[in-house]
Amino acid sequence: MAAVKRSNAPIFWLLFGAGGMLSALLGTALVFITGLAVPLGWPLPADLLGYPRVLAFAQHWVGKGFLFIVIALFAWHAMHRILHSLHDIGVHNGALAKLVCYGGAALITVVAAAGLLSIGF
Amino acid sequence: MSRKAYLRPMEGWWRRDPFFVRYMVREATAVAVLVYTIVLTVGVVRLSQGEAAWNGWLQAMRSPGSLVLHAVLLVSMFVHAKSWFEIMPKTMPMIVIGGKRLAASTITRSGWAAAVVASIVLLSLAGWWRP
Repeated sequence: MAAVKRSNAPIFWLLFGAGGMLSALLGTALVFITGLAVPLGWPLPADLLGYPRVLAFAQHWVGKGFLFIVIALFAWHAMHRILHSLHDIGVHNGALAKLVCYGGAALITVVAAAGLLSIGF
Repeated sequence: MSRKAYLRPMEGWWRRDPFFVRYMVREATAVAVLVYTIVLTVGVVRLSQGEAAWNGWLQAMRSPGSLVLHAVLLVSMFVHAKSWFEIMPKTMPMIVIGGKRLAASTITRSGWAAAVVASIVLLSLAGWWRP
């Protein structure tokens, strides 16, 4: 009996959903902290993201795991959604579009993982 | 005699209806999520390269261009969160409590409440956490 060919789509939809939920819950606060409050030094202190503090965070397994999950799930969510919106703006979402979008998400995931691993524990 | 088949022009289709505009705005938030993810990924890479590299990333985050970008990203993330919970009643499995279907507005409001609580917890942890 030939093996049943199963679709890989549910995996991408699962990552899209998980990343969409996580970014809906935390995205606004994260952008506020790293992009506005700390750079401006108000209302959070500018040394909140000082080197020793962030390094210790990224070395701890909780911080490392948090950063990896946020980056990876955000990337897969965004790329999946962009892929499925391409048709709406008149771009055919064929094999090339899939390769670029999912390849981009995979690249971000690998770069983040490599960076976090090289920071050490 | 052959004639060219008529193709309905689709240019700018989404501007025809406010519903479509909202749909496109919602889908466009994915670009903001992607941009912010790239910013974070660069940060992780710079952190792994040592203190000078990390301080360079922090310096870049303080530039006017970065602040404007993150103001746009902040609004986009908020729109994403708002719309994500607005469509959640349609994307999640139906919940039946006591023989009655859980109202869409209850699901949406629960999502917003969860996002507010998660944001407060994250901001508190960021402020209080000491290595």
